[in-house]
This record gives sequence, structure tokens and C-alpha cells, in this order.
Amino acid sequence: MSILINKETRLLVQGITGKEGLYHSELMRAYGTNIVAGVTPSKGGEWVLDEKIPVFDTVQTAMEVTEANASVILVPAKFAFDSIYEAIDAHIPLIICITEGIPAMDMLKIKTILKTSETILIGPNSPGVITPGECKAGIIPGAIAIPGTVGVVSRSGTLTYEVLYAMKGKKIGVSTCVGIGGDAIIGTGFIDMLSMFEQDPDTEKIVLIGEIGGKDEELAADYITTEMTKPVIAYIAGLTAPKGKRMGHAGAIIEGRAGSALQKIELFRKAGVKVAEYPEDIPALL
Amino acid sequence: MKIQEYQAKHIFQKYEIPIPRGQVALNASFVRQIAEDLGDKVVVKAQVLVGGRGKAGGIRLADDPDEAEDIATEMMGMEINGFPVHKVLVEEAVDIKKELYLSIGTDRTNASPVIIASEYGGIDIEDAAEEAPEKITRILIDPLIGLCDFQIRRLAVSIDLPRKHWKKFTQIANALWQIYKNDASLVEINPLVISEQNGLVALDGKMTIDDNALFRHPELADLRDLDMENSFEVEAQKYGITYVHMTGNIGCLVNGAGLAMATMDILKLKGGEPANFLDIGGGASAEKVSSALHILFSDPQVKAVLVNIFGGITRCDEIARGITMALSEHNHIKIPLVVRLIGTNAEEGYKILEKQNLPVAHTFSEAAEKAISLSGVKKK
Repeated sequence: MSILINKETRLLVQGITGKEGLYHSELMRAYGTNIVAGVTPSKGGEWVLDEKIPVFDTVQTAMEVTEANASVILVPAKFAFDSIYEAIDAHIPLIICITEGIPAMDMLKIKTILKTSETILIGPNSPGVITPGECKAGIIPGAIAIPGTVGVVSRSGTLTYEVLYAMKGKKIGVSTCVGIGGDAIIGTGFIDMLSMFEQDPDTEKIVLIGEIGGKDEELAADYITTEMTKPVIAYIAGLTAPKGKRMGHAGAIIEGRAGSALQKIELFRKAGVKVAEYPEDIPALL
Repeated sequence: MKIQEYQAKHIFQKYEIPIPRGQVALNASFVRQIAEDLGDKVVVKAQVLVGGRGKAGGIRLADDPDEAEDIATEMMGMEINGFPVHKVLVEEAVDIKKELYLSIGTDRTNASPVIIASEYGGIDIEDAAEEAPEKITRILIDPLIGLCDFQIRRLAVSIDLPRKHWKKFTQIANALWQIYKNDASLVEINPLVISEQNGLVALDGKMTIDDNALFRHPELADLRDLDMENSFEVEAQKYGITYVHMTGNIGCLVNGAGLAMATMDILKLKGGEPANFLDIGGGASAEKVSSALHILFSDPQVKAVLVNIFGGITRCDEIARGITMALSEHNHIKIPLVVRLIGTNAEEGYKILEKQNLPVAHTFSEAAEKAISLSGVKKK
């Protein structure tokens, strides 16, 4: 078992004929992910990945023909609003949006649309989701994680790789690793992921990787205190980040005292969460 | 991207938000001329993209054109919280009966636009927010519906706004929503004053534009004030590198914002001081890596450089080629470099670097420790 994706996942790739889309689709397929379709407007009817994967003009047709049940979005930022809305409108159960740099206004509209939808959106600006040995949807390097019982949820990309790699070095495996995305406005936050891991029988412990900015870690600390029975280990990046400065991630802005790394660490410790001093420290705490 | 007050006010004017008459000036003699044209008492306001301007003497009242010129001469040589003053805005002095606060921004936790108003505008609004949150009214706006009249009425009532100002207030709030909707991530009027002669006037204006949306507003991209940014940061931007200058002595070159922050944190934890945050992004080319190193090498603060790369989309051999390129261009520079490469093509990367004889590190902490000892200035 795992969360979000597994062997049964029938993946659709929006933006499959683009340079990034094609490259990562090849890697996903090589990993064993069951890619069933691609969508690129005006390229419908073409075939890609050794002529084995059909390309459609719309998500709706792709789903009708291939019964895809999850979509990875790898389109440029200026087309991302349309692609995400299209997938929600087609009632796909899961969207994983890798695209970085989507205007905040577009995401605010998407968040409103999601309120009346059953679709789960992961991202944007997410490295993707991986259930080791079964399915990888996104750009997380497949080789750095082994199957196991630790759930990983993170707002970061390469920092997550660092943690997965350190865990693999100590032969600690992962049930599912989810990159929820580094932007200020994202589809799904820590709490929903914690709740899924809590319910997943194959996840025994959870690693949470947060960073400065926003209140998502603060809310997660509350949730852990009241709702979680499984142990959570955390790492928060950005202790040295200067106040008020933008650290690349649109999300990583300190607003006053709220959102600082120090406050997040304090709240996690109060919630009984072990907090690692640096990423390589995490395996020792597991 | 933050824009200057005078630029925000230009935009306000386009949306028919009332602002004081005035003009921006680059030198003191033009300030005198503006003051003469305006006729009466004027306010001289330093144009800097940093808070605390009023308290630092960056906003001053002048009784006549002579005084305005003197004040401007003084201000132009000033630094406000580290930012030099190159421009001042000269405006007619407005009589102030009451100072209000009005803004539209993004509420991250609710993932929604939010309009905020208070009858306690002015420089102490942040204290009011902490000490008396009930004095501040916040209403979420549905981005698909937009700001509604009833919401504006609720705000007007909550800040005790006299009825005769409601019409103008509604127009100003709607204008702010139009500006926000067109990809401003924050638009703020503080204070929005009630004046005896002119009714409601936006005395100050702050605006942040969403960088991610600049592709659909090319006219806004030109508003970026490069004078106000750190020169290394401007240089980095040209190459698509995210760079933030800091005060330490260990230059950092990392891929990914989270990992870059973690790298700075570990340096500090082990007793070092990072000189910068630098994220080369995903899939960086050798040229980009070389440009990034060039920036670090030009910073006189930097005594050692730590390259920390976790290859995913980024290929470590490409990084190594970039390092080799930079080192051959800067062979006179003796700044030690510690390199850690993991992931995609890491072995090929290390092979390329063999000839350079650089210290390499395989774990995160080892890399940090080596960089600190090479920087030579170990603190406690």
C-alpha cells in the first residue's frame, strides 16, 4: 500500500510532446510507471515513446479512451491554468503539477474551482510523487528511494532528494514521497498528506520537510498534536534566511514573526515532533 | 517585484484613485521648480523600496521652495536602512483629518485574496494589527466573482467612515481590486486620508507585482528599479539565477531553493557564515554555473566557495564543466572551492574535476566543515 499512486495508477501526461514532457515521460516509463496517454493541444493522433503512447488533443478524450486516473502536468507556466482547469473539469481524481512559476492569481482561481471538485491537486512547483518500486509521477530521480514504510512529505525539490538519499544510505525505505510544491498557493497542504499517511496501513512513520514562509507547518503541528498517532520527524530549512527576502520559492517569504523557521521548529517540538538539525540527521531519528 | 511609491501612484492615477498633486525629481534644483509650481507647502519623500522611511527622516515638510531644495539636497545624499536615495517625490501638503488603512493582498492560509481596512491607518498599523486585531477588518474576496459592493459597505461601516465618503471609498476599493486582479500581489494605501478640502486621498502607495505574471504585463516589467537592488542580485537575474546577498564569507552555489537554504543553515550550524543564497535552478548549463561562480568570485567578502549539487534534472558533469570554465577564466583567483556532487552523472562530474585538484566532499556535513575550515575565519 501507499498513498496517491501505486501499480494501478494509469497516468496521463499533459505536455507530453514538449522537451521536458518527453524527457521525463521516458524516465517515468523506464521506472515502471504505467503511462497510458499524453495530451498536447493540436498534436492529437500522434504517438510518442517508441510509438507506444497515444497523444490526444483534450484530457476528456484521453480519459474516455484510456481510462487514465491521474495526470502529471509538465506544460509551460503561461498555459498551466488552462491545463489544470481542463483536468479538473474532466473529473480526473489526481493532478500532479510540476510546472514552476505559475502566476498567483491563476492559482487563486484554481483553488476556488477545486472547492466544488473531488479532484486532488498536488503542486504546482512540485517535484512529483513517488511510490518506490511501483510508480513515479514527476521528476524525482527514481534511483534515490527504496520501498519501505516511511512516508515523506515536503515543500522542496532537491532538499527532498537529499533526504531520500540519506535514508537510502541507511537502508530506510519509503512508502510514498510527496512533493507538495514550493509556491505560496498550492493545491494540497501538509495536513491532507499527514491524514492520508495516518490512514495508510503501510506507513509507520512520517518525515515532514518544511521551510520558512506561510503557516502550513504551524497548522501541521496542531494537527499532529490532536490527530496523529504515528510518529513524525521534521526538518525545516531557512534558519539563516534574511527577513523579508525572497528565497527563490515564491512561498518562502517571512511575514513578520509568523512563518519563521525558528517558530516552526518550536511548534513542532511542542507537538512532540523530533526536529533534525540538518537533512543527513533524519535517518538517525527514524 | 516591489515598485516605488511614485510608480504606484502613476498606476493609482490611471485607475482614478485620488492622489496629491506632485512629481518625481532626480535632483534638488528640479525639486525647487516643482515646489514653485505647486505653490504652497510641499512634502519631500525619499523614494526607496524599504520600510521605516518616515522614522529615518525620509519624509519631510517644506514651507517654501528654498526649504524644499535644501531638504532634497540633504536627502539625495542619504541612505535609508542601507538603501541610497536617488529620487524624491515632491507633493502638495494635504490637510489630514483622519488616517485610514486600505489594502488588497493574498491570504496564504485561506488561499484567497483579502481586502483589509482599518480606521487606524498610518505608521502604527502593524502595532494595531498585533495589539488590537479587532480594529482591523479583513474580508476574503472570491477571485472568480470579484469584490462586491456589499463587502465594501461592510468595510465602510466597520471603519466608521462618514456616509458622504462612501461613494469615493467604493470607487477606490474597486480600483484596488482591478489593480490586484491584474497581477499585483499586494496593493496598499497607507494612509488613506480624509482631508477637509479634498475628501479621500491616497497619501502613500505600495505595490508588489507578481514576477511570475510579468509575461502578460510587459509594461510593468520596465518599472523594475535596478538602482535599488544589490548589483550582484541584478547580475544574477540576467542569467536566471536567484541570488540574495548576505554578510558572511562562504559563497554558496546550490541547485534548488530548499537545498540552498539548508546549505546556508548547516554552514551556520557548524560555525561558518554564508555570504549568499544562490539557486542555479534545475537543469543548469555549464555557462550558467560559470556565471554564478563569476558572481561569487567578484564578491570581496567571499573567502571560500561551497558547491552543493544534487543532480536530478541537473547533470553533475555539466556542473563540473561550468566549474572548469570559471576556474580557467579566473586562474589568478585563489579562492578555495569545495565541491559536492550527488545524483545524475556525479561520477563523470568528479572525473572532469580531477585535474583541478579541488577538495571534494561526499556528505553534506563534511562539505560544510571543509568549506568553513578553508574560509579561515572560524567563529566560535
